[in-house]
Amino acid sequence: MESLKKLDKDLVERMHEGMLRIRLFEETQSRVFKAGEQEGFTHLYLGEEAIAVGACLNLTPDDFITSTHRGHGHMIAKGGDFKKMMAELYGRRTGQCLGRSGSLHIADRSIGMLGANGIVGDGNPIAVGAGYSIRLRGTKQVVVSFFGDGATNQGTFHESLNMAASWDLPVIFVIENNGLSCGTITESVCRVLNNLGDRAAAYGIPGENIDGMDVVQVYRTVGKAVERARAGEGPTLVNCKTYRHHGHFEGDVDVRSPEQVKEARGHDAVADFERRMLQEGLITEQGIRERRQRIQRLIDEAVEYARGSPRAPAEDAMKFVYAE
Amino acid sequence: MREIMYREALREAMAAEMKKDPYLFLMAYDVGKYGGEHRISGNLYHMFGDLRVKDAPISEQAIVGCGIGAAVTGCRAIVEIPFMDFMPLCMDMIANQAAKFYHTFGGQMNVPLVVLTSMGGYIRAAQQHSQCLEAWVAHVPGLKTVMPSTPHDAKGLMHTAIQDPNPVIFIEHKRLLPMKGPVPEEEYSIPFGQADIKKEGKDVTVVATSFTVHLSLNVARKLEKEGISVEVVDPRTLVPLDKRTILDSVKKTSRAVIVHEAHVTGGFGGEIAAVLADEAFGYLKAPVKRVGAKWTPIPFPSQQEDAVLPQEADIERAIREVL
Repeated sequence: MESLKKLDKDLVERMHEGMLRIRLFEETQSRVFKAGEQEGFTHLYLGEEAIAVGACLNLTPDDFITSTHRGHGHMIAKGGDFKKMMAELYGRRTGQCLGRSGSLHIADRSIGMLGANGIVGDGNPIAVGAGYSIRLRGTKQVVVSFFGDGATNQGTFHESLNMAASWDLPVIFVIENNGLSCGTITESVCRVLNNLGDRAAAYGIPGENIDGMDVVQVYRTVGKAVERARAGEGPTLVNCKTYRHHGHFEGDVDVRSPEQVKEARGHDAVADFERRMLQEGLITEQGIRERRQRIQRLIDEAVEYARGSPRAPAEDAMKFVYAE
Repeated sequence: MREIMYREALREAMAAEMKKDPYLFLMAYDVGKYGGEHRISGNLYHMFGDLRVKDAPISEQAIVGCGIGAAVTGCRAIVEIPFMDFMPLCMDMIANQAAKFYHTFGGQMNVPLVVLTSMGGYIRAAQQHSQCLEAWVAHVPGLKTVMPSTPHDAKGLMHTAIQDPNPVIFIEHKRLLPMKGPVPEEEYSIPFGQADIKKEGKDVTVVATSFTVHLSLNVARKLEKEGISVEVVDPRTLVPLDKRTILDSVKKTSRAVIVHEAHVTGGFGGEIAAVLADEAFGYLKAPVKRVGAKWTPIPFPSQQEDAVLPQEADIERAIREVL
């Protein structure tokens, strides 16, 4: 593992801060959701924090990302606002999407977050379109498309990679490979699960298989891909091996055995990173506590903001069906 | 007035809009040098170049998805799905993504996208190249559904479709593409939700769409000689639907026949019949009749296709039944 001292100190701080923001947000979300404070369904990013953070640290606010049903982490890593997010999850009028769409569809166009998406694999063609738009408008933006190992078996994966590769579009395809396709163990339906990055060869583009629990490795690998994309050299496929700490959605029956869940939770990108920071003298236990407390306060404020906001009015359901 | 073909009218509108907006592009397989599967794009590739008139892989989902992604990031797109029968391949992108972006994200992102596609049979093209699936898309809130029946309407509605900030399913008819008709040279747009009375009459209203407008007009001309006066109303767009013009016509004639090429069961004609039942019941002097395809996939040999798809004789029979 690479020494953190080789990285800019500010970057290390941002990696830690970014992962903690997601971790604490999702732990809080799990708690309030289980307490029955929200309606609907919620899919948590717990365990996969290093991927969104490592990837998005290479992006500017002008760059685009597409996301999945497990989208809170992507939103936060791209610079999402806790209050508007939490209000959305609570179905409040002050939410990012006016409280009408909830956890599955968190989005913020102003920071280039083109939407969490309820259809597995649908982010990829949309990311290709954003890439085509960048080409047509002649900017230096890039697009990162996040999706799971399950989505690599959708037709959209093949169609999108082929299209982006054929036209050298500035898209980075990031697989969050947690080994689970909803409630199905992906290994039972996919022979090349651990080396999904190798599928890149079929499209004539670079593919990487990396440890998605190491934020530094994700940052470096996606960084290289972003450079390539900005230089007009086309897309890259990055397979990030990771672990999902919770079930498919909160309250779901976990298809894994209790031992497998325990094992998955034993792989903890945040704890590992904090250990490295401590070992290399980049932070103290006190420093970690303070950072956690500061972020938790922001999240608690967001929860209070959401609780205090008015529910999305029934009549608002009919708004924004068509743009004028 | 000069006369041009339906496909030329479409091309003219597309070219005019592409000249105005450098970020408007056209994408489909065969759309480039080949000139389009139905020869709609023609010389656009040579006028606007490879990036604006883009040959795509045969990947319907990626083509429509690409249009959506571009449309929410500062561009406008026309994507062509040459046969409506292929639309199921990308129905997810159309119905789950394009139609819902604006609503789902609370107005943050609208999708200025035209999906150009063709409907219809009478060309001996068999089960997978002849369908009329307009009811599928007309059922999804967030989409607009356009199906012009003349070169004049095709041009004006295409201008409107491209300028619209929403996803528009623009359905041409394969039999109409070579049809010539008067089309003004200057630019004009026809608002969505504005039906056109293709022929005035007083005894019976025929609401017809796309190619069946012409079948209905032929029948109307024939019956005219017998002293039966048929009014032919073409809604031109199903969503939004100009209920007013249809209702006004039926209130005037008190009799209605609804004609479309699509299968009767589950077809959009049922929706129009329901509108009449709801809002013109007291004016009706006869049951509303529907004419459409029989309940079977479309076979290719002429004697079978003709037996399945609505013919002028079917329309005439329905009209006589309500008189």
